[in-house]
Amino acid sequence: MTKMISILIVDDEESVRDSLYSWFIEDRYRVECAENAKVALSMLESESFDIILADIKMPGMDGLEMLRRIKALRKESIVIVMTAFATVDTAVQALKDGAFDYVTKPFDPDDLSHLIRNAAKLITLADENEILKEKVVMLENVEDLIGESKAMQEVLRQVESVAQSNSSVIITGESGTGKELIAKAIHSNSPRKFFPLVSVHCGALTESLLESELFGHEKGAFTGAMYHRKGRFEMADSGTIFLDEIATISTKMQIELLRVLETKKFVRVGGNKEITSDFRVICATNKDLKSMVENGSFREDLFYRLNVVNINIPPLRERVEDIPLLVEYFIKKYCTSMNKPLLTIEPSALRRLEEFSFPGNVRELENMVERAIVIGNGKKIQLKDLPLEKSLIDNSAESLDDHEKNHIYQILIKYDWNISRAAKALKIDRVTLYNKIRKYDLKPSEER
Amino acid sequence: MNQQHITLISFGYFRKDILEVIAREVKLQYALPVIFREGHLDLTEFYDSSRRQYNGNRLLKQVDTEFASDASKTLGLFSVDLFIPILTYIFGQAAFNGRAGIASLYRLSNERYGIEPDDNLLLERFTKEVIHELGHTFGLMHCTNTSCVMHSSTYVEDIDQKEQQLCPKCREELEKPEMAK
Repeated sequence: MTKMISILIVDDEESVRDSLYSWFIEDRYRVECAENAKVALSMLESESFDIILADIKMPGMDGLEMLRRIKALRKESIVIVMTAFATVDTAVQALKDGAFDYVTKPFDPDDLSHLIRNAAKLITLADENEILKEKVVMLENVEDLIGESKAMQEVLRQVESVAQSNSSVIITGESGTGKELIAKAIHSNSPRKFFPLVSVHCGALTESLLESELFGHEKGAFTGAMYHRKGRFEMADSGTIFLDEIATISTKMQIELLRVLETKKFVRVGGNKEITSDFRVICATNKDLKSMVENGSFREDLFYRLNVVNINIPPLRERVEDIPLLVEYFIKKYCTSMNKPLLTIEPSALRRLEEFSFPGNVRELENMVERAIVIGNGKKIQLKDLPLEKSLIDNSAESLDDHEKNHIYQILIKYDWNISRAAKALKIDRVTLYNKIRKYDLKPSEER
Repeated sequence: MNQQHITLISFGYFRKDILEVIAREVKLQYALPVIFREGHLDLTEFYDSSRRQYNGNRLLKQVDTEFASDASKTLGLFSVDLFIPILTYIFGQAAFNGRAGIASLYRLSNERYGIEPDDNLLLERFTKEVIHELGHTFGLMHCTNTSCVMHSSTYVEDIDQKEQQLCPKCREELEKPEMAK
């Protein structure tokens, strides 16, 4: 379905305007007429036309002058000039000034039809190109963001609206909800998409390593700095930097980060040359940064600098209706990558998944499905293929040990099997946690 | 369509058998009675000596005001070379959704293009042109279907490419209540 092309006819002769009007109306164009350049320009201020067919010789402002003004107003306008006194000079001048073409009155009917059809084709192609571009952008990197739930649709709507801006974004959500995927989706749909998305997992690096990672370092800046190295901020020039686990950075790094965000300038570790980088920052955390600001562990100024837009991803247990879709998606994903025929899932198994609380969120569900595909019978995913069947989350568990095992397992998943953090959450020491893991033979699911 | 009839008015000499064939085809396409009349106009008033052609806009206006009525769609049949100011020639034209139209067989004959005369082809072309212009008076626009009689034709070859009939889509359009004028 192509859109209706609009044509503005500008000619001081009424008979010409009427003839052209009838001619184009019959050809299914939307047509308006103006008797002189002044009227035409005022019409163009409030309305846009795809094609402007203008006479060169008109009283007052002539067609060439009008052409220049139209082009200044809207460069992409297609203007065809008409003249009864064709001279090479006027034609060349019109083309130089940006006319699409010129025609000499009276026209051969076929020439006029061809000319307009060609112009219309160009417009349709340009429109289609824009639509396709939009579609490509819309679809990029959102394929992993599965969810028809209202909550997830709201997240996707936010992603779409924030993508076009340059604002800082904080993505919040429990571990395993897909914060990095959201960051990728924002980047891929932004005008920066052709430039890098550089990810830094702040929680995995010590303060000095993080500093070197973010700002880069010069040769000899510290022991082992054999060569100069570009930092992540520098690498993210024109693109986006994604700072995961932002809540874990030290107070010193918070100050450094704030300064860079404000000036977009920094110096490599051991260097003295100021480097400028144009990056957009997206952060993620599973912590409540606002409470951290209140208790003084996170700088308020940095918080406000980062928290221009907040996207909160709901935990999986709050969008249970997405579980069947996610299961289907992961089955397809892993069956394809493992070269296995597409499996289905038994309704009872799916029901149990829907009842599960998923402390590890989508990541945990994904691991479960992957594991079930690996260990299953190759036909259907059954209840017995899912780790939740092994009483880890079995509601029938009655003994204290069963409950302890279950609880520890969930906490470990929640903290990505980070022993220190899990132990801290459980309020036991690391050695005790290791002993419990050994005792209950707890193992992380297959790594993705 | 709630039109009572279609009136074909010949200006100048036309063979009776030609007019009968046209009337039959028009009746078939629009399912309306077709009335014949002879019209008389002093065509010299519409002649443009600088172009050595007849002004189609003025002729259409004249047919509309002097010969047409609200009760019918009226088409003037001519055998002179028609033009409108903006175009070098026209085969015919009509008031879109209006009461009247005109068509000329002047540029439809093979002789005009240095080819052997073919009366049947001439009649076929003229019939298509008449049906086409009447279509405009009923509010039909140019059709993208190349075999539909409402397809735009700027050369006789284009006319030869299309059929005498309205395509199903145009027919459907024609039968819409809002097309009844």
